[in-house]
Amino acid sequence: MPRQRLIASESDVSIEVNDDAINHEAEVDEKTEEEPKRKKVTKKRKNRKNQGTKKLQEEDDGDGMSSMKRTSRNVKNEKGTERKETKDEDEEQNEKKERKNRKLKNEKKKETKKVETTSEEESSEEEEEEKEEEGVDNDEGDEGILGSLSPEELEKLKEAVDEKKKLIITLRAKPWPMRKKLLTLRESQRFVEKYEGALGKGKGRKLYAYKVMMMKKWMKFQRDFENFKTACIPWEMKIKEIESHFGSSVASYFIFLRWMYGINMILFGLTFGLVMVPEALMGKPYGSLPRKTVPRVEQASAMDFAVLWDFGGYAKYSVLFYGYYNNQRAIGWLKFRMPLSYFLVGVGTVAYSYMVVIRTMARNANEQGGGDDTSFNFSWKIFTSWDYLIGNPETADNKFASITTSFKEAIVEEQESRKDDNIHLTRFLRVLANFLVMCCLAGSGYLIYFVVRRSQKFALEGLENYGWWERNEVNMVMSLLGMFCPMLFDVISTLENYHPRIALQWQLGRIFALFLGNLYTFIIALMDAINLKRAEEEVVKMNMTIWMASLYNGSLPENTTASMIAVDPADVPRGPCWETMVGQEFVRLIISDTMTTYIMLLTGDFLRAVLVRFLNHCWCWDLEYGFPSYSEFDVSGNVLGLIFNQGMIWMGAFYAPCLPALNVLRLHVSMYLQCWAVMCCNVPQERVFKASGSNNFYMAMLLVILFLSTLPAIYTIVTIPPSFDCGPFSGKNRMFDVIQETLETDFPAWFGKVFSYASNPGLVLPFILVMVLAIYYLQSTSKTYKQANIELKKKLQTQNEENKKKNKLAAQKAADDLKEAKNTASQLLSTQTNNNASDPGENSHSNIMTSSVKTLSRLNEDGRENNTQASMDATHIHAHHTLLEEHQTPTPLTHDPPLHGVIYPVTHDNQSQQRRGAHIFRDADFHVDAHPGMLTSVRQN
Amino acid sequence: MGTTASQLPKELLSEYQELTFLTKQEILLAHKRFSELAGKEDRHHPNPRVPMSKILMLPELKSNPFRERICQVFSTSDVKDGSLSFEDFLDLLSAFSDSATLEIKSHYAFRIFDFDDDGTLDSSDLEKLVNCLTGDTDDTRLTAEEMRQLISNILEESDIDKDGTVNLSEFQHVISRSPDFVSSFKIVL
Repeated sequence: MPRQRLIASESDVSIEVNDDAINHEAEVDEKTEEEPKRKKVTKKRKNRKNQGTKKLQEEDDGDGMSSMKRTSRNVKNEKGTERKETKDEDEEQNEKKERKNRKLKNEKKKETKKVETTSEEESSEEEEEEKEEEGVDNDEGDEGILGSLSPEELEKLKEAVDEKKKLIITLRAKPWPMRKKLLTLRESQRFVEKYEGALGKGKGRKLYAYKVMMMKKWMKFQRDFENFKTACIPWEMKIKEIESHFGSSVASYFIFLRWMYGINMILFGLTFGLVMVPEALMGKPYGSLPRKTVPRVEQASAMDFAVLWDFGGYAKYSVLFYGYYNNQRAIGWLKFRMPLSYFLVGVGTVAYSYMVVIRTMARNANEQGGGDDTSFNFSWKIFTSWDYLIGNPETADNKFASITTSFKEAIVEEQESRKDDNIHLTRFLRVLANFLVMCCLAGSGYLIYFVVRRSQKFALEGLENYGWWERNEVNMVMSLLGMFCPMLFDVISTLENYHPRIALQWQLGRIFALFLGNLYTFIIALMDAINLKRAEEEVVKMNMTIWMASLYNGSLPENTTASMIAVDPADVPRGPCWETMVGQEFVRLIISDTMTTYIMLLTGDFLRAVLVRFLNHCWCWDLEYGFPSYSEFDVSGNVLGLIFNQGMIWMGAFYAPCLPALNVLRLHVSMYLQCWAVMCCNVPQERVFKASGSNNFYMAMLLVILFLSTLPAIYTIVTIPPSFDCGPFSGKNRMFDVIQETLETDFPAWFGKVFSYASNPGLVLPFILVMVLAIYYLQSTSKTYKQANIELKKKLQTQNEENKKKNKLAAQKAADDLKEAKNTASQLLSTQTNNNASDPGENSHSNIMTSSVKTLSRLNEDGRENNTQASMDATHIHAHHTLLEEHQTPTPLTHDPPLHGVIYPVTHDNQSQQRRGAHIFRDADFHVDAHPGMLTSVRQN
Repeated sequence: MGTTASQLPKELLSEYQELTFLTKQEILLAHKRFSELAGKEDRHHPNPRVPMSKILMLPELKSNPFRERICQVFSTSDVKDGSLSFEDFLDLLSAFSDSATLEIKSHYAFRIFDFDDDGTLDSSDLEKLVNCLTGDTDDTRLTAEEMRQLISNILEESDIDKDGTVNLSEFQHVISRSPDFVSSFKIVL
């Protein structure tokens, strides 16, 4: 243990203050010294001499920076020597030299050991002292030393190496200046390198060296891989640029968009790789079956752009839609189970989405951790409200304003606890506002329903007779509603007079309800359409048999054996195929939604910005700051749009495998377009809401939407029988029968049996019961954990407070002692100054004073042994003076800036300590400043 | 890329990667930006320092109210002029990077807010801090009464040992509960 400490101390000589040091001392004092340990120390020292000298040389080579370091080292050396003097250590050093190779132990040695472990600093000082004294007289190789080590010592050495390694890893998290970190790193790396290879001796040695080498390679690989990974994240720079202009809330939208893009990429990969490509490559080609052929009536217009744009014609009879797929069980030479694959991909898409969303939510919740209560309301406002990413002066101005208002609001809220001047009026207004919003929602719902019904009528009569508007009425109405209703809600919400944060939540909730209502009206209308189509299908089926019969009847007389009558597949009558219809509807919806978004972006943002910018020169009021001004980036609206878009993808992907591909395309374009639009024509928003706080809010909405959109999809899959003449499941009673079929034909018989037993209600019900119980159990245990957590927190707090009280008392004592010590010191100093006033060495003396006061303050930090330590240090100070009289050599010295570092790195638990340290330090600083003349004289030196 | 890589020795680069929270690309970018700032006249100098005035012109820091404090905190200059060497610059970027830990971020945040460098946030520090946050213009500035109220509220919340100042561990205690400190305490080149 003491040895490890020693090694650690080597690296952080001057700054790190470790609370353990004292505990350590106690430990060592208690323990009876053990032989091997002592041996160890001597050996260690010898080994380190090499490094030490190297380091010193290196530093001498270095530039001005290192001179600083050197001076502090000198000071320390002096101090160290001094201390030794008091303990007659010079003699001991000589002895040590003699006994270098023999492992002798005597009482004096023990004493050294004790001294070394009393505090890190002391030990390290001695270390350096030795380096200087013993110089380069080290002819012994590592091998010899290592060879003479006993196994337990080796173990110790290994531990030391591990310690160093740990230090290397954690070094980056240390708040030190780079130069210090670099030095420490190099030093410990050298140490590790030196001992690591030499460690495992004998048989294990090669293996150990190999392991170490592989470890290094692996680390390097990992780092490179990490670099590679960050380089691979798309749009990183774009988002960072936006972040720096608009703050983190706008950037959070783009990060969300990127995340969505990733998910859609995977969905796209699934549908594309497992459904579309196999069917296109291995399935029967176009024109081989009625379902894969454009009917005769439509053929004339099947290639028209208007038809294709509407996803009719050739687009409809292609892999893009459900109807094109054949119900052949296995296709191609791979015997690819197409219908099964189609079904599983549909299920997998939903399952994967659920998994990802829930996992992300859990991770976010974890990261937020115990973001409990609002007990630090003001402090958070002060300490964390500035967004350091803001690099745009305009955004900064907005931020200043919003911070000020938030301060003022908070103060006002604190001062008067909610006295509403006219509660009846506000209540009335709020009720009125909600009523208006409900009217809007109902109206929009009815409008959509009406439009969908009308479009069905149009469709029955044939779309060719109508213009563009009639054909796209549904989508246009939905998009327009989605565009204008939020504005209306915004106007209505001004009636309510809510706090902006609450108002934002209401607004989001209302828009959510609107979108959801619209979507569900659309679905209900679609259900109506499905039922219509199915009625039509029945009729077609009837006609089909008649048609077949007539075909056979007509052909029978001529050719009795001909069951193969060549009828062009385009001429075969066919059902309406409601699945393809549903898929088409969703694709159209997505397309029109995308179009309106882009057009709104161009007109609402870009055109407005251009007009405001250029008409401003010839207008009667200031357009830029007056009425129209530039538009803000609407984070919540955009996020909601994205979420609903995704919901439609999830809903429609089963019937139109092309939807994920389409969505990937859309998101890709939006990324670039919106990035550009934000940078060129938006101004940062005034109403700022925190990015990370709302992240899980988005996710929760996404989860709700995911659930709500899979609901109708699953409903249709489970309850409605598939069309008889199109799609992979044609001919089956239900779509999920494909599972049954696979089980029966592709798996051995016993498997099917097992499965049928397993799916027996007698087994399934108890299983569900067990699951419910498990959930209940887990939930209740998590509750108790939470409670225990809170209890522990409380305990910790009370303990902290108690500690503080203790510390305070101790601190007062220490301060008294310190005063005494300082008085004596200053007296001594004044006599010293009188004696040799112009001596440059004097300054180093004052510096010693500083550092001794420093040590004192450091020792004080342990609130237990203040009295003894203060007096001890007083004697040290005294000793310094005696030393100084001997060492009158002038040392180059500057006012040592790293001394300031003393205050900060003490980031450990005890709170008031380091403030105390700071006070003491200030005193010390003052002390040095009291001799400015001397300082300058030293600098000239 | 090739030119910057040649300017920065390979071992040093890997050491910097070890010692900061930055990736290789970020370090190279930082080096490029830094040498642009340092200008041509200092090229021959082995360890150039860029004066604070030039650092403050960086677009990333230009509108930050704490820009001067940031320079002073990260500067290792002997004369305390806030000038940064490349290593200081890397320290700065590392502390403000995405992957830096809460501890290191809060540590530097504390030092930035500690205007008089005395190791505690007392009421004068807090007042300066609030003034920084509310901007320079008169209409956003708080009145004396509001300021007093605000500061007393802050101390009431964060000053756990009731000695009239907020020290580092109290500060870290408060900060660690905050949901969005880590995400907002970022500067990216």
